[in-house]
Amino acid sequence: MTLSLALEARDLSQLPSRRDEDWRWTDLRGLIRELPAPSPEATADVSAGPFGTEGEAELLVVNGRVCGDAGLLVLREGEARVVRLRFVSATAATGHGVKLAVSLAPGAHLTLLESYEGQAPDYLVDAALNVRLETGARLERVVLAGDHAEGVSVSTASVSLAPGADFAQTVLTDGARRQRLETRVEHPGESAVVRMDGAYLIADRRHADLTTAVNHSGTDGTTDQLVKGVVADQGRGVFQGRITVSPGADRTDARMGHHALLLSDRAEVNAKPELLIFADDVACAHGNTVGALDEDALFYAQQRGIPEAEARAMLTEAFIGEVIDRIVHNGAREVARAWAAKRRVG
Amino acid sequence: MLSIKNLHARVEAAEILKGLSLELPAGEVHAIMGPNGAGKSTLSYVLTGRQGYEVTDGTATLDGEDLLSLEANERAARGVFLSFQYPLEIPGVPAMTFLRTAMNAQHKARGEPEVSATEFLKRAREVAGQLKMDFDMLKRPLNVGFSGGEKKRMEIFQMAMLSPRLLILDETDSGLDIDALKIVADGVNALRSPDRAMLVITHYQRLLDYIRPDKVHVLAAGRIAATGGPELAHELEREGYDKYARAA
Repeated sequence: MTLSLALEARDLSQLPSRRDEDWRWTDLRGLIRELPAPSPEATADVSAGPFGTEGEAELLVVNGRVCGDAGLLVLREGEARVVRLRFVSATAATGHGVKLAVSLAPGAHLTLLESYEGQAPDYLVDAALNVRLETGARLERVVLAGDHAEGVSVSTASVSLAPGADFAQTVLTDGARRQRLETRVEHPGESAVVRMDGAYLIADRRHADLTTAVNHSGTDGTTDQLVKGVVADQGRGVFQGRITVSPGADRTDARMGHHALLLSDRAEVNAKPELLIFADDVACAHGNTVGALDEDALFYAQQRGIPEAEARAMLTEAFIGEVIDRIVHNGAREVARAWAAKRRVG
Repeated sequence: MLSIKNLHARVEAAEILKGLSLELPAGEVHAIMGPNGAGKSTLSYVLTGRQGYEVTDGTATLDGEDLLSLEANERAARGVFLSFQYPLEIPGVPAMTFLRTAMNAQHKARGEPEVSATEFLKRAREVAGQLKMDFDMLKRPLNVGFSGGEKKRMEIFQMAMLSPRLLILDETDSGLDIDALKIVADGVNALRSPDRAMLVITHYQRLLDYIRPDKVHVLAAGRIAATGGPELAHELEREGYDKYARAA
């Protein structure tokens, strides 16, 4: 059951609901009472996305229609490029789905600067990426989800890796009416490396769900995950992280960290970190914390002369900064930093 | 400079300060000594405006201005600096960034122009040199992974950079070995001047061998139980706080 199936079949019963364990905190069936009309072909103002002119090529997807050459996401052996991939939802009260394939031949290197841009309220969007990395290929995916406060957005990336591939991603979001950003990785071990980071800054009544699942099926694989969030007002953040180490996937090194700050009494974080380990010789660790801003640190900053509001902003920005610092692409890292500074919540 | 009169303060339901009075003139260094739980740290937090410390009676003024009605950052801008017993770690904020933000916030509050990056760096290099600090330490997140001694040195570094008028040193000697203690004390002594005043809070007489006080106050059960010259610190070292604790 997915949003795209529901949109295609025009069948509300295809929507995931709270009865699906993986969707219990991001109920779509309870939210969507009526399926909207399919999104029309639209000309939106697409002058510049959040990544500006970083990189050398852009692939635009407006209302689920690919405007341009999807071949930009298919890299031949040894090829390298930086591509902006922009999903624009431009029409109110309509819905659309889109599927794209990203394919990297051996030794190829892609930096994918992916943005979700909500230009109208009340849209439904389901975007699916199918990603394949061959031996020695490298993908850094930086996702900036800038959905509309009244948009409903689901993005799913299914990633499969060959031995020795390197997949790194950072998902940044400030939520939507309901929003799910999901990544599933088939990890073959065999010196393949995965980094899966995320940051959510949620205010008002927005909702963001970062769900990830990594399945280690071979020996000597690495997964490193750091997700941080700050939730204010009546916002809600969801983190579901599952790392499975299959039988025989020895010498897997898997680390998961999720840390969130709640800035109001009515803010909510739902976290489900899971390490499922069926192999013996592994190094796995996870840490999960949800708490308030450190009052001692706040007083320390104030005692040095920094006004309270500024001190709060400085501390929350620094908290998220740890995730942003791990972005490899320089331009994207600066865009992310500016994004975090602008979206100071609380 | 600092005038405290009949100060009463509570933390939650417990009254900690019970009528404390103290006059600290400009140019002088006063030590506050006392047993655990006497209210030494409470005094430093009440003077600097920490939340949760409620003043129920009395006054504290800095050059005649009521301190107690000001926010913590406003007190800092007027020149009140607390060197923390346990300096906080601030992950993700380089020491330099933190300090420059603080300095400019203070300047802004006083209506002074911002300090340029060049000016700031030049001064930071000088001061770090005087305190025998590795300059690269200032590029690291503030106090994260620093040893106890490094943290205390960082406090003195910030103090020297911010150039406060009223310096409150809370157990600055704790966690310091003798070499670090000398460096920190030299840093503090370098800041002694006719227009500054210092309140040195300490358990032990040892620190006062290096930072020579003009006066020593014994704080017991929430008020000043005795005041004397430097010799009082030696007496306390020999005889302990018992008689003051009992008298209180």
